[in-house]
Amino acid sequence: MAALKLTLTASVAVALINAVMGTIVAWILVRDRFPGQTLVNALVDLPFALPTIVAGLTLLTLYGPTSPVNVDVAFKRTAIVVALLFVTVPFVIRTVQPVLLELDREMEEAAASLGAGQFQIFRRIILPNLLPAILSGVALAFARAIGEFGALVLITGNLPFKTEVASVYIFGRIESGDPRGAAAVSVVLLVISFLALFLIGVLRRHVTRHDEAA
Amino acid sequence: MTRLRKYLLRLIGLGYLGVLVAAPVGLVFRKAFENGLSGAWDAVTTPAAKHALLITLIITLIAVPANTIFGIVCAIAIVRHRFPGKNIVNVLVDLPLALSPIVVGLSFLLLFGTGGWLHDLPFQVVFALPGMVLATIFVSLPFVVREVVPVLREVGTEQEQAAATLGANGWQTFRRVTFPAIRWAVAYGVVLTTARCLGEFGAVSVVSGRLIGKTESLTLHVEERYQSFDYVGAYAASVLLAMLAIATLVAMTVFRPKEETR
Repeated sequence: MAALKLTLTASVAVALINAVMGTIVAWILVRDRFPGQTLVNALVDLPFALPTIVAGLTLLTLYGPTSPVNVDVAFKRTAIVVALLFVTVPFVIRTVQPVLLELDREMEEAAASLGAGQFQIFRRIILPNLLPAILSGVALAFARAIGEFGALVLITGNLPFKTEVASVYIFGRIESGDPRGAAAVSVVLLVISFLALFLIGVLRRHVTRHDEAA
Repeated sequence: MTRLRKYLLRLIGLGYLGVLVAAPVGLVFRKAFENGLSGAWDAVTTPAAKHALLITLIITLIAVPANTIFGIVCAIAIVRHRFPGKNIVNVLVDLPLALSPIVVGLSFLLLFGTGGWLHDLPFQVVFALPGMVLATIFVSLPFVVREVVPVLREVGTEQEQAAATLGANGWQTFRRVTFPAIRWAVAYGVVLTTARCLGEFGAVSVVSGRLIGKTESLTLHVEERYQSFDYVGAYAASVLLAMLAIATLVAMTVFRPKEETR
């Protein structure tokens, strides 16, 4: 139970951070021009291409006990959030980016000519257009965070009731020959996955309908 | 003011990626080559490491073609045909994306393991290569389908109908008309599938039973080396995987659907 609660809180936190940071990164990739942009664009996909166990190891190296920058989050709850952030970086960015590319700048210019401030333009014009994309990215990231295993196994230390997330708990149950306990928690994860999928499906339909109407 | 905010956003965005992605990955490369090139080379050429690499390659070579063919067929079925339960299939295809790999591993274990429904097969599935291949196919299933479906929808059926009126049979239409239209999407999907197959850890670690030198894939090898305090070995194997990841990344940038790079 403790593991499930921890997984859920960490995943919600990760999804929220991603919603904000992912939108910012997508923004600078689309609307900004700076040297090395292509490289940054490729870097975004790295967490997706990199095996999760390697991701865990890389984070442990930089933010673990032997950290060269003296940041040691290993075996703490922060470690879970950091690892989950790493593996879910691409999702929001990659769903928001194409929408932002398609977004018509005329609307923003019209708003500006009507005297809207920068913040108003963002809140009234840009955000409503991006919202379905952001949400579907968040849902993907959330689903991924709930089930993540490889990246967490090394960095969290898996202390029961403290840093043990649901997937690691399940693995522990399997290893100690208790498939029944493992299956019980698995069912909960399965239900959450289905809900996330359902939500993504609804959002995707919303986005496509939006396209057809335009 | 606008300028200031522009730089601020740039700083936040790039700083976030730098701290979270670039710095850790860079450091692992440095760690792996701490004992020089030869140290890293020795670490990835131990029998266990070589065998792990072989296992990973075998799995990938089976899973990727299987999922490519399945992906194309499935995408065509979803877009071009109507059949009962189509919506369910459409959702089901996404399931491996949302499902925890551990849960995938467990379900295979329960299905093929002792007392499972499919336990009495003539060959061993769990704790052996077939199980690892099956688990990998499962987790990398959606990628080709998801890349091909939108493109297939976009190109429409006009050209296919034209081909049919000119007397092409089903296979000819597919080979001459449909496939050339979706080929970049297929390529991109294959790259994503490959990345996932090479890097799969959770599902494989449950199903394989992690017998060193037998059912240990490269990702499992990294963890096993790390847990036995052979850091150079772990980092070296990681770098090998990271290089494969970077190669995948390059391929991804090349094959990425054009509307995103426009």
